[in-house]
Amino acid sequence: MLTLTHFLMLSGALFSIAIAGIFINRKNMILLLMCIELQLLAVNFNFIAFSHFLGNTDGQIFVFFILTVAAAEAAIGLAILVVLFRTRASIDVEDMDSLKG
Amino acid sequence: MFELFIFFGYAAILIGAALGVIVARNPVHSVMFLVLTFFTSAILWLLLEAEFLAMTLVLVYVGAVLVLFLFVVMMLDIDTTSMRSHFMRYVPLGVLVAIIAIAQVWSVVWLRNQGFSSLVRPPPAPADYSNTRALGEVLYTEHVYAFELAAFILLLAIVAAIVLTMRRRPGIKVQDISAQVGVKSTDRVRIVKMKAETA
Repeated sequence: MLTLTHFLMLSGALFSIAIAGIFINRKNMILLLMCIELQLLAVNFNFIAFSHFLGNTDGQIFVFFILTVAAAEAAIGLAILVVLFRTRASIDVEDMDSLKG
Repeated sequence: MFELFIFFGYAAILIGAALGVIVARNPVHSVMFLVLTFFTSAILWLLLEAEFLAMTLVLVYVGAVLVLFLFVVMMLDIDTTSMRSHFMRYVPLGVLVAIIAIAQVWSVVWLRNQGFSSLVRPPPAPADYSNTRALGEVLYTEHVYAFELAAFILLLAIVAAIVLTMRRRPGIKVQDISAQVGVKSTDRVRIVKMKAETA
């Protein structure tokens, strides 16, 4: 019998894989963006699973808005990435130290 | 029982594809694995009877956002070997953090499950139930302001992406319409006074 726990554990695993991806690919900025997309997908999974099991459509409305904002974020993030590559010829996170942080 | 088989089959594909995203050597392969991840999740969302969002995920995410990722990955000339120079150094830390995170999530879910057992899967919706209609009925009434704001955020993203990536190069030959329209005859024709020649 399929329960809510199955879906929660699956999305937890997906989220953890994305966290590991952020640590492993910490030099490549485009892969960091992809890992953030994976994390958003894991969160959306939770919303949809709860929406289904509680019989309430509000969770799906949330996912709708998360998808919208994530699409906007991806578009702006990739635009920033392109500008960065044009000025620095690199998307290595370690090269971005001009603010001396 | 059949649903359980579908769930575990697609969950295995989902986890495998997500692992592929983070360990693939070539960023193009990473994007392809990400496409597989999103596609598999859309199928699992269908299992949860969220048909509209499953289709939105395939159309908007796989069709637009991931193609955008693919464009950018192919457009930028990324030096993959230097990107992966410290790959093995970060792997133990990444795996450790991921294991801790997964243990935390699973322990809480497992503990909570003792109380969740009353939360059984609802029966499948009747054949004439429309998920899109149900979403639209609340989206355009209760959440209409949020919906308008979402549209505004998309407009903002369009403007921001164009403004960020547009560049003006000096000395480039382009039409300047306002200069063309506002031109005067004195800018074009020069009248030179000279003596008439006598034969």
